[in-house]
Amino acid sequence: MHALTAVFQDIPVDLILIQTVNGIVTGMILALVASGLTLIFGIMDVVNFAHGELFMLGAYIGVIVMTATGNFWLALIVAGLVIALLGAAMQIATLRPLIGRDPLNTILATFGVSLILQNFALWYFGPTARRMPTPITGHFTFFYLDYPWYRMVIALMSAAIIGGFYLFLKYSKYGIWIRATTQDRVMAQAMGIPVPWVLTGVFALGAGMAAASGVLFAPLVGVDHSMGLDWVLKAFIVVVVGGMGSLGGSVVAAIFISLLEAYASIWVSPSQAVIVSFVVLILTLLFRPTGLFATPK
Amino acid sequence: MTTTPLDNPLSVKKAGLSHTAVYWIGFCVVMAVLIVAPLVLPVFWAKFLTEILIWGLLAMSSDILIGYTGMVSFGHSAFFGLGMYGAAGALLLFPPNLWLAILFGLAGAGAAALFVAYFSTRLRDIYFAITTLIFSQIFYVIIFTWTKVTGGENGLIFTRPHLTFAWLFDQRFDRVTMHWFVLAIVAGSYLTLRRIMHSPFGMVLQSIRENEARTRAIGYPVQRYKIIAVMLSGLFAGLAGVLYAVQNEFAAPDFVYFITSGDTVIFNVMGGIGTLVGPIVGAGFFQLLRELMSRIFGDQFPYLIPLGVIFIVMIIFLPQGLMGWARRWLNK
Amino acid sequence: MSATATNGQALVSVEGLHTYYGKSHILDGVSLQIGHGEVVGLLGRNGVGKSTTLKTIMGLVAAAQGKIEFEGRSITGLPPHKLAKMGIGYVPEDRRIFRLLTVMENLRVGLDRPGVAEEKRRALLDKVFTFFPRLAERRAQPGGTLSGGEQQMLAIARAMMLEPKIILLDEPTEGLMPRMVSQIREIVDVLHKEGVAILLVEQNVPLTLEASQRVYIMEKGVVRHHGPAAELHVEHVVIKQYLGV
Repeated sequence: MHALTAVFQDIPVDLILIQTVNGIVTGMILALVASGLTLIFGIMDVVNFAHGELFMLGAYIGVIVMTATGNFWLALIVAGLVIALLGAAMQIATLRPLIGRDPLNTILATFGVSLILQNFALWYFGPTARRMPTPITGHFTFFYLDYPWYRMVIALMSAAIIGGFYLFLKYSKYGIWIRATTQDRVMAQAMGIPVPWVLTGVFALGAGMAAASGVLFAPLVGVDHSMGLDWVLKAFIVVVVGGMGSLGGSVVAAIFISLLEAYASIWVSPSQAVIVSFVVLILTLLFRPTGLFATPK
Repeated sequence: MTTTPLDNPLSVKKAGLSHTAVYWIGFCVVMAVLIVAPLVLPVFWAKFLTEILIWGLLAMSSDILIGYTGMVSFGHSAFFGLGMYGAAGALLLFPPNLWLAILFGLAGAGAAALFVAYFSTRLRDIYFAITTLIFSQIFYVIIFTWTKVTGGENGLIFTRPHLTFAWLFDQRFDRVTMHWFVLAIVAGSYLTLRRIMHSPFGMVLQSIRENEARTRAIGYPVQRYKIIAVMLSGLFAGLAGVLYAVQNEFAAPDFVYFITSGDTVIFNVMGGIGTLVGPIVGAGFFQLLRELMSRIFGDQFPYLIPLGVIFIVMIIFLPQGLMGWARRWLNK
Repeated sequence: MSATATNGQALVSVEGLHTYYGKSHILDGVSLQIGHGEVVGLLGRNGVGKSTTLKTIMGLVAAAQGKIEFEGRSITGLPPHKLAKMGIGYVPEDRRIFRLLTVMENLRVGLDRPGVAEEKRRALLDKVFTFFPRLAERRAQPGGTLSGGEQQMLAIARAMMLEPKIILLDEPTEGLMPRMVSQIREIVDVLHKEGVAILLVEQNVPLTLEASQRVYIMEKGVVRHHGPAAELHVEHVVIKQYLGV
């Protein structure tokens, strides 16, 4: 009994509280990134290696717009639109010619694009990281702690975007087009759906979502050309753990993994905390290779 | 493999040499060139050539999976890195011995390959590729953060061992003999792998690439074959890592980052998958272009941008790589 | 024998179609015509290329050689979604409704077209629900939960949403109960009365002969016989020759 209380005294309760919130915030952003990836994979069977770079470029554009205008929302919208266009261009130039070929080729092609984008960013923006000024200042009290407002706002924005996207898929005309195309590409065409453009649109959507995540994440860290790498890796883990092609699964997996990592970084350094996600992946592969949280979608 | 009709003297005259003869003649010519090269080339290019051979070996090991078994792996940086660090370990912990270094390197790479193979071969295609990538990153993080053992960010530095053959022979490597040693190992690996890929085992791998379901239906334990393929691939990748360590006398975590795996895949695609020699050509082509670009445009030039474009263009228009293009051109 | 259409020009005209699946030469020079508002039957044993003919017309399979014309304009090589917009409806052999979409969503796919006013949409829906009351009942259910016959109705209804000038119907009565078969028969008649042309591929010879004005009979990738349906009956020598067991 005495030993038990001793253990509980050692646990830093306020740290755990803060990390829980941090974990959820990061988890929501990761969920947004992973959703874009899942969307593209689920509909087009394309593993978008360049997703992290789209995230990174979105962050850069966000920083530039924010520094120029001071308006965070504008930064979000501009980054989303510009990168969505870039995504569309990317799909038309490199993925359309590969339709019908071995899916291996699309992995390679998107990998090639990721190299190009990453090196472009390094060359154009330089190696020093940029900071994004925080969009909303001020803290609020959470239990007995201070927690910055903007982090909550970021998490809420992510949730809003994901939620909005879900509604779009379920109820709008284009959402039905996308779902029909996913289920039966041939019959979708026979019903008048311009499938090649639906694919381009989906890719652009996924790219836009990645860019939005980048802008949302930018106030939390410095923006540099290699930030995409870590995120794309984590996003892939999330997608596999959540069940490839399952939107709901990705969201749950993202929050789950981020929470675990946030807790782990109480005791180990952040660069070691990533091992947590790797362990989760290994366990998933061992025991439930179709995904821990897969929901039929 | 090709038949020369014995009962038709006219066609024998027309066909000239048989396919196999042409192949071996070509092989000997290339070997001769590579042997003489370090003696005539300026120092920079000679070392350059040696490095191409090492990258070529790495790419060749990856071809076993991509070209012959149809599995894209992004995990080769782990095997390469562990071969490198394994050799480094042997050279730092024990009195420097070349063969011990090779042994340690292969053991390290082999262990990594077994670990990765066990998990990732459960999945197919895209899932396999992603999993191997994630695993290579796992190894990177471990090597990067376990500073006490691996030197963390700074890596390990050690001295190059001598070329020894039991107690008969002990000589320091100079630049030229190092090159010949590397060449011997790479050529030997090539011939060995060629033999293996044309054996019944290799045929099963190719059949897995063509139609995995059918191969399984016929009764082959597909997963076991895949695991062996990954291990084989990992061993030769580790060998490349050992060679790199011995040649350059350092081991660094950068090589374990998955970008190395990515470069490897690029060499494969550019050179032509499924040809074993293609990846070596691809490695050479890539490095040459890179060197050229930094000469013309300067060091700071982001050479990966045009190289990336060339890569993508090749995927779309030249999927058989340079070797495939050369083959078609020769057959005209 | 040429089709006498109301204005002398065929709605759909196919000439010398050659189609391959890999190395298999499935269509070996198929030619046929469908006039405006005509019901044309396409008969033949299994595997002679009837479905492939429909698929080639719909652009789902690329023709290696030959011409396809719609309302006098060449449509060879156009992508299927353009053909659907031009007015060619397609009801495939295995129905292939969108199983995870509800009945209503299946219909919306064809209904949500630009240039279709709200009243028109409601009118179309009403019409379809009148023909197929069972679909009206099940409109919020996922397509995959429908029975075989209901799925067939949905497949046809879905095509009707496009207000097509011609519907390519591939074996609509396959696997259906006799009651459903006669319902399909009625639908073909109703569509014909509305002026929609139909190219009907079927194994059910009596139904086809009843419903069609003209009939083509295929064998091994070519058309072997065509003529008015009235001239043929189940015992006819031609039928026995090409379709007899």
